[in-house]
Amino acid sequence: MAESTRVDTPLTATDLRGDPRRQRRERVVRRAFLAAAAVSILISALIVLSLARETLTFVTQVDWSTVWSEGWFPRRGIYDVKTLFVGSLLVTAIAMAVAVPLGMGAAVYLAEYARPRVRRVLKPVLEVLAGIPSVVLGFFALVFISPEIIQRLNDDAQLFNLAAAGVGVGILTLPLVASVAEDSMRSVPGALREASYGMGARKITTSVRVVIPAAVSGLVAAFIIAVSRAIGETMVVFIAAGAGGGSLFTTDVFSPGLTMTAAMASQAAGTDAVKGAGLTFQSLFFVGSLLFLITFSLNLFADRFVRRVRQRY
Amino acid sequence: MALVSTTATTATTDAVRRRLEGRRLDLGGTLFKALLLGALLLSILILVVLVFDVVAGAWGVLTTRLGSFLSGTLQSRPEVAGISQGLRGSAYIAVFVVVLAFPIGIAAGIYLEEYAPRSRFTRFVDVNIRNLAGVPSVVYGILGLAIFVGALATLPDWLGGGPLTGGRTVMSAGITLAILVLPIVIITSAEAIRAVPDSIREAGFGVGATRWEVVRSHVLPYAVPGILTGTILSLARALGEAAPLILVGAVTGRLASGGGGVFEALQERFTAMPIIITTWAGRPQSEFQQSLAPAAIVVLLVVVLLANAAAILLRDRYERRR
Repeated sequence: MAESTRVDTPLTATDLRGDPRRQRRERVVRRAFLAAAAVSILISALIVLSLARETLTFVTQVDWSTVWSEGWFPRRGIYDVKTLFVGSLLVTAIAMAVAVPLGMGAAVYLAEYARPRVRRVLKPVLEVLAGIPSVVLGFFALVFISPEIIQRLNDDAQLFNLAAAGVGVGILTLPLVASVAEDSMRSVPGALREASYGMGARKITTSVRVVIPAAVSGLVAAFIIAVSRAIGETMVVFIAAGAGGGSLFTTDVFSPGLTMTAAMASQAAGTDAVKGAGLTFQSLFFVGSLLFLITFSLNLFADRFVRRVRQRY
Repeated sequence: MALVSTTATTATTDAVRRRLEGRRLDLGGTLFKALLLGALLLSILILVVLVFDVVAGAWGVLTTRLGSFLSGTLQSRPEVAGISQGLRGSAYIAVFVVVLAFPIGIAAGIYLEEYAPRSRFTRFVDVNIRNLAGVPSVVYGILGLAIFVGALATLPDWLGGGPLTGGRTVMSAGITLAILVLPIVIITSAEAIRAVPDSIREAGFGVGATRWEVVRSHVLPYAVPGILTGTILSLARALGEAAPLILVGAVTGRLASGGGGVFEALQERFTAMPIIITTWAGRPQSEFQQSLAPAAIVVLLVVVLLANAAAILLRDRYERRR
C-alpha cells in the first residue's frame, strides 16, 4: 500500500471534466427527456389545430340563422347550439345535485370524523367507484336509474331521459369531488383544529366553522373540476339520454335530449364516414371547439384555486 | 376552603359537575355526523347496487356459456354472440398505450422533476400538461379523427391504410388513447419522483455519478411503486374509454372474424370492449341489453377493477413504508 502505482502527472481541467463518452451519453439522455416533455406541447398544438381548421370552415360558411333555431339536426343542416348548450347545462346541474352533497359529505366524514381504520377500509371503496368506466354507468343509468328511480318519481318520464343521464354523470363525478375535497381538508394543519378544541368548540363547530372555511379554495376547486368533468362526459349521456339523430330544443329533463358531447358521439356513430351533407362534418368540430374552450377555462380557473390551497399550507 | 358551605354553593358545584361529567346529548353534532356518514354509505351503496344489478343480469350467460361468450364473435343471434373481437381490440389498444404512453410519459416526468430548469418554459409545459389532463375524452377523439385517421389512410395497405379502412384501424385508436392517458402518466410519474428524498440523490452525486446515473440507479428504483401505480391506473382508464373510439371509427356491425395475425388486425376495421357494451346497451328490451351487455360489463369490470385495486394496494403499501 505504501507504493503508488499511479504516475504522478499534474491534474488538468480535462481530467476533472470526466469521461467524454459519459458526458455525451448524459447530453443524449437529457435531450431525449426534453423531447418527451415537449411531446405534450405538440399534442396541445395538434388539438387546437385539428379543431381550428374545420371550425373555421363551419363558422365562415354556415347560415347563422340555423345556428340559433329550434333544434339540433346536423344531417338536415339545423345546428341549434342552444339545444346542446341547455342540454349540457341540465345534465351538469343534475349531476352536481347528486355529486356535491354526497361527495362533500363523504369527504368531510373521511377527513374529520372517520377513525384511521375505518378510513383505510372505506376510502379504497370510493376509489373503486372512481375506476368504473363511463359506459358501465351509462348502462346503469339506462337499465336501473331510469326505470327504478326516475320513472317512479315521474310517471310521464320516458325511458331515455336527461335526468337519468344526469344522475349517472353525478355518480361518475362523485368520487372526484370526494377525493379533491378530502385532500384539501386534510391539508388544513391540525393546529387549527386543536386551537378550536382548546376554545371549547365542539366537533361540528370545528368542522363547519374552522376546517371547511380554511379549506374553501380546495372545495371550490373540487366543484369546478367536477363541473368540467360533467360537461365533458360523453358515454353516459350517449347511452342513457338517447337522442341519436338529433333533438328539438327542450328543457324537460324527463324527455330524451342531447348534450354537446353526446351530439358529437352520435354524429360519428352509426355511419361509416362521419361526412354528411353540407357542413355536418364541420359542425362536429365546431361543437368540439366550444366544448374545449369551456372545459379549458374551467380547468384554468380550478387550477388557480388548487394553487392557492398549496401556497397557504 | 370549607369555611362556608351554604346550600347555594353546593347547588352550583353540582350543576358544574353535571355539566362536566354528565352525558350531554349534542343533537346538532350527532345529526351532522349521521348525515355525513349517510352520504358516504349511500355512495358505497350505489356501487353495491350497480355491481349487483350487473352481475344478476350477467349470471345466465356467465354460468352457462362463458367459454363461447369469450371466444365467440359479434352476431345478430344473442344465443351465440360473443366478445372475442372486443377483447382483441382492447388488447391491441393496451399494447399501444404501454408502448407509447408509458415510456414517453415516464421520460417527461423524469425531465420535469430531475432536469427541468426553473424557467418559463418549464412552467408552461407544466400548466399545459395539467390542462391536457382535463380535456374531455371526446375532444381527443376529434384529434384522432382529424390527424391519425387522415394520416394513416395514406399508409400502404399492409399497415392499415387505403380506402378499405380509411385509416380507421386499431392503430389510430391505440395512438389516440395513448395520447389521452399520456398526461396522467406524466403527472403521476412526476409525483412519484418528487417524493424521492433528496438525500438519496445527493448520495449518488457525492460519489461522482452523473445525473442520468443517479436517476437510473437511485431515483427510479425508489419511485417504481408510485410510477407503476400511475401507469396501471392510466391503462385501466384507456381500457374503459369509449368516446374517442366512436369518433375514430370503431365499428360494431360487420367485422372480419378476427382470426388473423398482427398485420391482419392492423388492416381491419376494429372494435373494443366499451364499444360492444355501448351497442348492446342501446338495444332496449332485448336479450342483448338484458344479459349480454351485463356479461360484457362484468368481463370489462373484472379487468379494470382488478387493475385499480392492484394500483390502490400498491400505493397504500408504498405510502406506509415511507
